[in-house]
Amino acid sequence: MSVLVYTENADGKFKKSTFEVVSYARAIADQNNTKLIAVSIGNVSAAELATLGKYGADKVLNVSTEQLKNFVNQAYASIIAEAAKKESADIVVLSNSFSGRGLAPRLGVKLEAGVADGAVALPEQNDGKFKIKKTAFSGKAFAIVELTSANKIISLTPNAYKVVETDKTASVEDFSLETKAADFAAVIKEIVRSTDKVSLPDADIVVSGGRGLKGPENWGMVEELASLLGAALACSKPVSDAGWRPHSEHVGQTGIAISPNLYIAIGISGAIQHLAGVSSSKVIVVINKDAEAPFFKVADYGIIGDAFEVVPKLITAIKQFKASA
Amino acid sequence: MKILVCISNVPDTTTKITFTDNNTQFNTNGVQFILNPYDEIALARAIELTDGDKGTVTVINVGDVSTEPTIRKALAIGATDAIRINAKPHDAWFVAYQIAQYIKSNPFDLILTGRESIDYNGSKVAAMVAELLDIPSVSIIKKLDVDNNNGTVEREIEGGKEVLTIPLPFVAGTAEGVAEVKIPNMRGIMSARTKPLNIIEPVEVKTFSEVIGYETPAPRGQVKLVPADDVAQLVNLLHEEARVI
Repeated sequence: MSVLVYTENADGKFKKSTFEVVSYARAIADQNNTKLIAVSIGNVSAAELATLGKYGADKVLNVSTEQLKNFVNQAYASIIAEAAKKESADIVVLSNSFSGRGLAPRLGVKLEAGVADGAVALPEQNDGKFKIKKTAFSGKAFAIVELTSANKIISLTPNAYKVVETDKTASVEDFSLETKAADFAAVIKEIVRSTDKVSLPDADIVVSGGRGLKGPENWGMVEELASLLGAALACSKPVSDAGWRPHSEHVGQTGIAISPNLYIAIGISGAIQHLAGVSSSKVIVVINKDAEAPFFKVADYGIIGDAFEVVPKLITAIKQFKASA
Repeated sequence: MKILVCISNVPDTTTKITFTDNNTQFNTNGVQFILNPYDEIALARAIELTDGDKGTVTVINVGDVSTEPTIRKALAIGATDAIRINAKPHDAWFVAYQIAQYIKSNPFDLILTGRESIDYNGSKVAAMVAELLDIPSVSIIKKLDVDNNNGTVEREIEGGKEVLTIPLPFVAGTAEGVAEVKIPNMRGIMSARTKPLNIIEPVEVKTFSEVIGYETPAPRGQVKLVPADDVAQLVNLLHEEARVI
């Protein structure tokens, strides 16, 4: 019985969330006194693959054909399931990314495995049971789930587990297998990926704007602040509903739930639905001119003031901070 | 075109979530239940795609009799007919299994769900149903068009999107942007009472997971307020104290 981790790449490079999930899977393999095998699909260089050893993989299975260069949900799921069977892996771990969400449930069916999606901590395996904490109620709570099947699938929430580096290296093995034509029914016509902006689900720092900013024309300072901090942009529901910002920035109960290290909320009052989406942020800063704004009750730091005065001052202060660093 | 929309009954978004029985049960006291917001989007798109005489929209729910008001709401919004599989939704696998069994005897051209339900956020049912039927799935889509026997979807990815074409039938989970939700009109509400709502008994299936408890997030301490005229202090605190920049 071993642990298999799917290591997702974006254009041939691994992301921080990939290293997080390998470190996490390593810890589970250690709990079970067993090996960790990584499976990578796509065009990833030998050097990049070998880095997975640093995060705890004993071996990397490299699947690299032209046909599989880009994500194909059904085909990738079939390959990961085959890799799990080949390595007798009873636990398969993935990142709870957009692709991971497409893969984990299909793997659950293929391997007759319970799926713990959105895990936020290592499983507890005392007393012969397999229990794991995951997010629930869109960030308002956590559920403890027991997986009762022999095989188990876990998808890990990004930024929930710290990367652990070792001085080890991993052996890389080419893994080739027959693919089913039917697995390639969905065909990619176009991929649009902006490389200059930080993607929200992956971001360590997020700068978010709400209705207090009064209109989309005022977002320049929000963007400047985000750019200075290397942060992703987010917004509240009324802002995306009004079309001021794209839906992909909407954070909240019916948007995306995030858990960055720092969340800066500008002109957002803090309705319960919005708080749900950001409750797992490590540090929350609230800038709002209304001292009664509910967001201040869940903030770590706050400034009561007009965003149009405070944010430009914050931008200046950060520039000075960066200059003196 | 025959479209199936899978719907779930969830606590409304303003609910303060609490637990009872030593944190093992969700406290439903005083909780309003609604049609899962993402499922409303799926339903709206299905109705748009079958507008006029272009097809039918069936909604399916795995739930006990308490979900019927939500099912009637879906009918009021414009679904043609409804199925309720008479069982509590034990977990995503159980729900997907029931739905897939139904589809095996009652095929559809397109199966939609919301991208996730706002109670357990699993994003699992769509892909599980698809795997059980051995058809394609896209778990989180921002756009959906159908032409003849093919669908064109935009799949959300980190920092962007992918455009895919997929032959029918397939399963997709709708996110914001796929359609504007529809408010039921008076005619819809009246007709909802007489539209067919068929109740089917569940099939037996072994389940693989059990929710055994819950936790509420630890409350944060008191906010540290920084004066608006000394913003540099905030930068210092974030660097020295919070260590996040």
